[in-house]
Amino acid sequence: MGTATENESMDSEGTSTQEETFTKVSVWDLPDLPKGKLPPHIELQRTRVLCGSLAPTNTENVNYSGAYAAMGVDNSVRFEQFRDNFKVEIVRLEEDELEFDMIGIDPSLANAFRRILIAELPTMAIEKVLIANNTSIIQDEVLAHRLGLIPIKVDPRLFEYMSENDVPNEKNTIVFKLHVRCTKGSDRLRVLSSELKWLPNGSELILGTEHSASSSSAKPKTYTSFSCSQDTRPEFSDEPIAPKDADIIVAKLGPGQEIELEAHAVKGMGKTHAKWSPVATAWYRMLPEVLLLRDIEDDEAEALVKKCPLKVFDIEDIGKGKKRATVARPRACTLCRECIREEGWDKNVALRRVNDHFIFTIESTGALPPEVLFTEAVKILEEKCERVITELS
Amino acid sequence: MEHGSFEDQSKATFSLTDEDHTLANAVRFTLNQDPRVTFCGYSIPHPSDARVNIRVQTTGDPAREVFNDSCQDLMLICEHVRGTFDQAVLKFKTGKGLSAMDIKK
Ligand code: SF4
Repeated sequence: MGTATENESMDSEGTSTQEETFTKVSVWDLPDLPKGKLPPHIELQRTRVLCGSLAPTNTENVNYSGAYAAMGVDNSVRFEQFRDNFKVEIVRLEEDELEFDMIGIDPSLANAFRRILIAELPTMAIEKVLIANNTSIIQDEVLAHRLGLIPIKVDPRLFEYMSENDVPNEKNTIVFKLHVRCTKGSDRLRVLSSELKWLPNGSELILGTEHSASSSSAKPKTYTSFSCSQDTRPEFSDEPIAPKDADIIVAKLGPGQEIELEAHAVKGMGKTHAKWSPVATAWYRMLPEVLLLRDIEDDEAEALVKKCPLKVFDIEDIGKGKKRATVARPRACTLCRECIREEGWDKNVALRRVNDHFIFTIESTGALPPEVLFTEAVKILEEKCERVITELS
Repeated sequence: MEHGSFEDQSKATFSLTDEDHTLANAVRFTLNQDPRVTFCGYSIPHPSDARVNIRVQTTGDPAREVFNDSCQDLMLICEHVRGTFDQAVLKFKTGKGLSAMDIKK
């Protein structure tokens, strides 16, 4: 008899744990969240963006430190608290691409980093193009624009900005030469970015006004005044400056056409012109959270798996020929809301976003590796604060 | 530049040149987290003016001090973000380096 009761109690335990795991997954007790004393529905509002079938709700963040004072909860984030909760996890790091998770940070900061990455990190880009000859069908200004957009692989931190009254010198200008001719009778020719040849000694074009007087001076004046060759600098001696990609088509030449020009690259920022932006793009999204609010079984489960274009759901066997839907890859969810489009399905599936978990992606154009770009971006925000602090005192 | 009154130091508007949402929104966040702040907000008076006005009202402390502390907080946060990020990259790279070595064997 004793054994029988044991079996019974085990059975009932079995079902109750099942229920428990269900409520655990579906509602409030998410493991990696700090347990506040706020009632669960308000905690949910505070930490999640809810995605209903019509529109997302709760998109605003509650920042004010006294927002929950009436409930006796302090909403202020002290630095120690931030330090304990903040996490970074690298997901993917390639030559030009970086994906990482930033957990426990406010959108205002994540967005500041993104904005700095795009608009306030300097790079070198071609700004002045001196065209000696261009008989191709591409107009000078279009050609110059195309050249400007070619990413140049060089560390911008080694150069200075050139202000209006500066003369171009070896510290603020990189000079490239491009001279291609398509001989008569040959096939059409593609001019690739690899044709841009670095001139470490500066411009070779002689200033027009100096031309007559050039016989007197030993060295004719050119468009730049380099005091020494750039390739004597240790940073460039073993790695000559060149475009990041050698296979960008700049122009096409027909037989008999020719382009001869000199391109001067200077340091600049993305907010002046996108050609100076060091990233192809830098973006983030909040971590999606997909929950099943009740057990979805058999045919319904099959239907649910089919609904999702990104294969977020999977089917698991729960024995006795029964199948149950599970959320296998919530991270892949794009919140297209296809799974809750059909009448009544928003009662089965909850779509949310965790509003302090950012999946950050940085695509570098190649001047600097993406991980360096991010640290530089953070440094720039620090500098901004420092500037304000010094201005205040 | 600070616009406030001498009688009541607990309210002031700070006008920062050459700044935009990047700094203002981040500072607004840290200001909001400070319990001494009763109100803060920012505005950009004109989009073609590189200027942002940050308004700070406090429970009594001088607004300038509170604003200064918030900037300091933001700096601390940035430093911590940078440190954590560098560590994560290092960890990832060494982990990857080891697995790459395994493949070579
Ligand atoms: S919102 Fe779209 S991507 Fe996300 S789970 Fe539903 S169907 Fe899949």
